[in-house]
Amino acid sequence: MDGIKNNYPNPFPTNWKLIGLTVLFVLYVIYSVEAMGLSWPRFIQGLSHAGDLLARMVPPNFTRWALLLEGLIESIEIAVISSSIGIFLSLFIGLLAARNFMPLWVSSSVRVFIALCRSFHPVIIAILFVKSVGFGPLAGILTLITASIGFIAKLFAEAIEEISLKQVEAIRATGASFSSIILFSVLPQVFSRFIGFATYQFDSNLRNSTMIGIVGAGGLGGTLFSAFQRFDYDFVAAILITTIFVILVWEFISILVRRIFI
Amino acid sequence: MSKTKSYIDLKEVPMSKTKSYLEIKNLKKWYVPGDLILKGINISITKPEVIAIIGPSGTGKSTLLRCINRLVDPNGGEIIFKDLDLCQIKGSTLRKVRRHMGMVFQEYNLVERLSVIENVLTGRLGYMTSWQAFRKKFSQKDINTAYELLKTVGLSDHAKKRADSLSGGQRQRVGIARAVMQNPDILLADEPTSSLDPKTAVEIMELITDFSKKNNIPAIVNMHDVKLAQRFATRIIGMSEGYVVYDGEPSGITDTLLKEIYGGEEWME
Repeated sequence: MDGIKNNYPNPFPTNWKLIGLTVLFVLYVIYSVEAMGLSWPRFIQGLSHAGDLLARMVPPNFTRWALLLEGLIESIEIAVISSSIGIFLSLFIGLLAARNFMPLWVSSSVRVFIALCRSFHPVIIAILFVKSVGFGPLAGILTLITASIGFIAKLFAEAIEEISLKQVEAIRATGASFSSIILFSVLPQVFSRFIGFATYQFDSNLRNSTMIGIVGAGGLGGTLFSAFQRFDYDFVAAILITTIFVILVWEFISILVRRIFI
Repeated sequence: MSKTKSYIDLKEVPMSKTKSYLEIKNLKKWYVPGDLILKGINISITKPEVIAIIGPSGTGKSTLLRCINRLVDPNGGEIIFKDLDLCQIKGSTLRKVRRHMGMVFQEYNLVERLSVIENVLTGRLGYMTSWQAFRKKFSQKDINTAYELLKTVGLSDHAKKRADSLSGGQRQRVGIARAVMQNPDILLADEPTSSLDPKTAVEIMELITDFSKKNNIPAIVNMHDVKLAQRFATRIIGMSEGYVVYDGEPSGITDTLLKEIYGGEEWME
């Protein structure tokens, strides 16, 4: 070690930029809490209200089960129809948005379209569709198709962008047509992830289909909203429990689906 | 359209009667304008033999091979195959030409999630309509051929396994079977043995040589193992810095020549 006179720089230098940004971020969070007037007493006060609400929810009231079932069936139908159409459309839209398969002008314009589908919460889209096609399930279905495209078309596109192009090159070298290349080299690489995204999207549509009813787009949400407005909290509890149950059942089914396909 | 037509007409002419299997004239390719990778390549293939292309990495061997089946688009020159200039064709004509060129890749490039037999069958995709491919309607003849080929490369027991469960040598055998499945008029192999151990490398070269002999077609093999090239090829093309610097008998490869091709001499000790 005798001959070394120079001090070489530490390859892990202190990152002042990162430290500065972190400090700024923490300060902003503190400022926001202050600006919103959040405080511990306010939280405690809120808790007692929550206690009242919970007390009125117990026991859940299932006497109007026919009404509940009707809403639930409509919600499931909305979810199934919108997921099937939404996922099917997303397959193609996702491919069109994949930057490694499409020219830039195609992929970027399709990406803008996907971003538009995703830029609003389903409830806001539902309001737009209720206003344009009227109350009922049609508005709900259109809403969830839009939401599905906004979410999984993007995930599909990203999955396609991450595939190994070597496998694609090999199939291209056999003289296969574009659709055969997609079918035999792209799809096998992304299929299991697509199944995962699709089951997740159905799960999400099922949850959203109970919610968009609040703005009159059909399904269980309408029933839930009127129960809230009439202070029928025991019926609200019944609806919530049913929703949780349906989601759990789907969770179980999706595990089976994945086991079959992956 | 006229190109497509002439191609189909000429397809009736048996390969053995046409003198030239492949004719490359003054082929040029650059990825960055002004920085030529191929600086005017001339190669004429008139015999159905194994031709090894040797040369250091980055000298354009891969690019040359990929220009032939147009995975890479050349910037200048001509590639004459079946009386068709491959530099000019596109669309369905290009796909029809590609199906007559089997390609073997350094990293095998199998579709990993498909089974071994499915991978071999993809060699027939160029002969199928998209609708047939969509329904996976491979003809019984193709399925039989695929299983026979697997037997030839010694992988009958692995037909139903997923491609990513195989070892490197086994994958390359599948890669060769897929290329041969195309019933090609020429075999292109891009460093087919570089990712393999020496013993497996020899076995893979034996397979390529056998297929070339049996089907009476030329095989162009990129490699950087000079000894292996001399052992299996009957003609060696040496490339250096985008030029062909040697084209002839394997015995003509001298130390002086290797120095010229690879540069320096310390590595030869």
